[in-house]
Amino acid sequence: MNKKSTWAKIKGWSLFLPVMSIILVMAVNIIHDIAVGANPFSFFMITLRQTTGNGTILYGRIIDILNRGSEVAILAIGMTLVVSSSSGTDISVGSVMSLCASFCCMLLAGYGVSSTTTLAVPLIVGLLAGILLGVVCGMFNGTLVAYFGIQPMVATLILFSAARAIGLLLCNDLIVYVRNDSFGIFGGFCGVIPTPVIIAAICILVIAILLKKTALGMYIQSVGINSKASRIAGLNSKRIIFMTYLLCGLFAGIAGIVASSRITSADSNNIGLYFEMDAILAVALGGNSLGGGKFNLAGSIIGAYTIQAITTTLYALGVSSTQAPVFKAIIVILIVAIQAPPLKAYLKHRSNAKQLRGGAA
Amino acid sequence: MEDNVVLTARGISMTFPGVKALSNVDFTLRKGEIHALMGENGAGKSTLIKCLTGINDFEAGEIHIEGISGPVKNHSTKDAQEVGISTVYQEVNLCPNLSVAENLFIGREPMTKFHTVDRRAYNKRSQKIMDELGISVDVTQNLENYSLAIQQMVAIARAVDMECKVLILDEPTSSLDDEEVEKLFVLMRNLRDKGVGIIFVTHFLEQVYAVCDRITVLRDGQLVGEYPIADLPRVKLVAAMMGKNLDDLAEIQKESTEDVSKNDMEISARGLSHAGTIKPFDLDIRKGEVVGVAGLLGSGRSELARAIYGADKASTGTLKVAGKDAKISQPIDAMNLGMGMLPDDRKAEGIIADLSVRENIILALQAKRGMFKQLPRAKQEEIADRYIDLVQIKTASKETLIKQLSGGNQQKVILARWLATDPDFLILDEPTRGIDVGTKSEIQKLIVKLAGEGKSILFISSEISEMLRTCNRMAIMRDGEKVGELDHELTQENVMKAIAGGEQGHE
Repeated sequence: MNKKSTWAKIKGWSLFLPVMSIILVMAVNIIHDIAVGANPFSFFMITLRQTTGNGTILYGRIIDILNRGSEVAILAIGMTLVVSSSSGTDISVGSVMSLCASFCCMLLAGYGVSSTTTLAVPLIVGLLAGILLGVVCGMFNGTLVAYFGIQPMVATLILFSAARAIGLLLCNDLIVYVRNDSFGIFGGFCGVIPTPVIIAAICILVIAILLKKTALGMYIQSVGINSKASRIAGLNSKRIIFMTYLLCGLFAGIAGIVASSRITSADSNNIGLYFEMDAILAVALGGNSLGGGKFNLAGSIIGAYTIQAITTTLYALGVSSTQAPVFKAIIVILIVAIQAPPLKAYLKHRSNAKQLRGGAA
Repeated sequence: MEDNVVLTARGISMTFPGVKALSNVDFTLRKGEIHALMGENGAGKSTLIKCLTGINDFEAGEIHIEGISGPVKNHSTKDAQEVGISTVYQEVNLCPNLSVAENLFIGREPMTKFHTVDRRAYNKRSQKIMDELGISVDVTQNLENYSLAIQQMVAIARAVDMECKVLILDEPTSSLDDEEVEKLFVLMRNLRDKGVGIIFVTHFLEQVYAVCDRITVLRDGQLVGEYPIADLPRVKLVAAMMGKNLDDLAEIQKESTEDVSKNDMEISARGLSHAGTIKPFDLDIRKGEVVGVAGLLGSGRSELARAIYGADKASTGTLKVAGKDAKISQPIDAMNLGMGMLPDDRKAEGIIADLSVRENIILALQAKRGMFKQLPRAKQEEIADRYIDLVQIKTASKETLIKQLSGGNQQKVILARWLATDPDFLILDEPTRGIDVGTKSEIQKLIVKLAGEGKSILFISSEISEMLRTCNRMAIMRDGEKVGELDHELTQENVMKAIAGGEQGHE
């Protein structure tokens, strides 16, 4: 009896399904490793490895997932808040990433310069300007959604299609390379740890503290659940929705800098491509309703790393990068399906029926 | 099964986490009767109905329906409809942007032989249905062009046309005015004469006596009894519902009105208006005064309050709060001046459905403090506990989601939300709508008590009698305009006359 109630408690935990999903993906890795006769725990192995470029670094599949998943995890924070407050998604984040990267690199290299090793402006100016542009983009989206009442999908469609083009304009249609070590560090390594992991951790920590120490979380959820009632109760519903878009833009800017630093260049056409979809998927995998209202930030972040884990696993299994999306789609369908309310209701109904039959007998 | 019986439920039991919602309840419905299901909030009325309509999965008991051998267990409203149980709720669940005929046949449109929708046929059939039921509408018009009452009747017509044997009306009259209610009753009697068994859930005692044949009373999830209407006069009904003797609501007699005419002015509005909803009005409210707003539905009662509170930003006029000029452009401005407003539409503008009782209670107070000054968790819990106790909210815990509470308890939570901000001026717009007699009297007592503490209250209600019991003065509204005030000889008749405006409409 007691054992069962513990199990029920675990099942009732809000992160149960997101965590189960990622465990599932890990299990696939372990099974694969056993099947090919490798160390069953090689998935979890973290070793120190000597590299030519970065010196001694941490190495392993887990590290790789945490590293590569950073951008989507950062985006997922903003996306979670946007979905919660406005029952809509910001589909411009991928393009905004690219725009911020372009702006940052353009400033660092100087306008019209396609490749540089010396910085035209201090690094901090370039970085802050890039991130600030993200904030401006977020404010633009937020104004359209909150104050003009435009549907989020439509409002953010504008920057979704325009931001990359603006980025190209800023870079004079070039791919701008900033081959400077101080810029490369944000996508590289800080000591033995990949810097993107640290940046993602800081973002998560800051927002977690903000949600814990201020009433922001309750405000956002309250507005997302019932904006009219929230207004009567004294919340400025519009400003809160605006703020979530602003934050979403801020995180897109940070993610853009990380992505750009990884390749030490601003490749307008490819930075952040389809990342908006991964960010939305991360929110959904985290067990959040895209209908807005209550949100679970931890779930979204686990969701983001789950997506990366799937990708890394597929590569480890030897699936080619052209075929990977097919398998990724299948896994995502499975994960989303086990979280779907009708299926949950069906399972619950079945277990109830079983109990009833048991009780009668 | 005895003759004439169309539905029997025996020994229905149902538990929600922590609460026994129904225990061993019996219910019998006969053909051609209107059967009132009565009880206070949380007595189990809704739960029982949800068991009948397949929304709730009851744990024990059996339901039998005429013409079907063996117990029936519905798992969805669709199952229920198939065995002949249809439900019409307080909120009309139809599509306002479709025509009346389309609403009647949505999902089961008559087809031509080319498998296209046969518009002519269903318009004709719809008109016939409506004519037979004595509802005069043009079925080709969009539903939204008709009043809420007509919309409700269309919902009923739809249910009836789907060959229902049992029609459940869950609080159908809550948003209707007297005339509309009367129309609905004509329809209900009409259906009764056709042999339909009707279960009628309402909080209005008068309506029970106007239209019902039989009453079943529930209390705390248990059956109190089933009575023919003649055997259960009002006082006994109230006593049965509350489980104690109470002479209706007569208990709250207004104590000799305190003289507030020398008190300071709390609210003083001059020429305040909101374009399109309410014409310019003047209104003064003194400290410790309860001012009622009387008028028909849609006469501008709520709009008057909303213009003061800034829920609708006033387009003209000036407002003084406690003698100082006030500029209010949104609710938080009004709150910072010590106001609070309990809106009339609890679902749309009151509760935050997916948040807990605790969060719902502290929301306004937190909003006043500002986002960066979060109330510490311990403080939040202390406040929630205090108000759950003070206004007696029945909830499993303070972390229960508010949507799981019954209507009256949700209303108490909203009330608690405002009391927690310690307002000087509280607007209560229909605070007692759709809630049971016991809670009604509690809220009325609370109003008198708050006024005694020097708070000013603007009290809006459709029930003149409850305003008579609590108000010092009444503002009379008609057609979006404040047409006058009554400050002496507050009687039902005088107020009615003032609302009617000289016409001899009311008896």
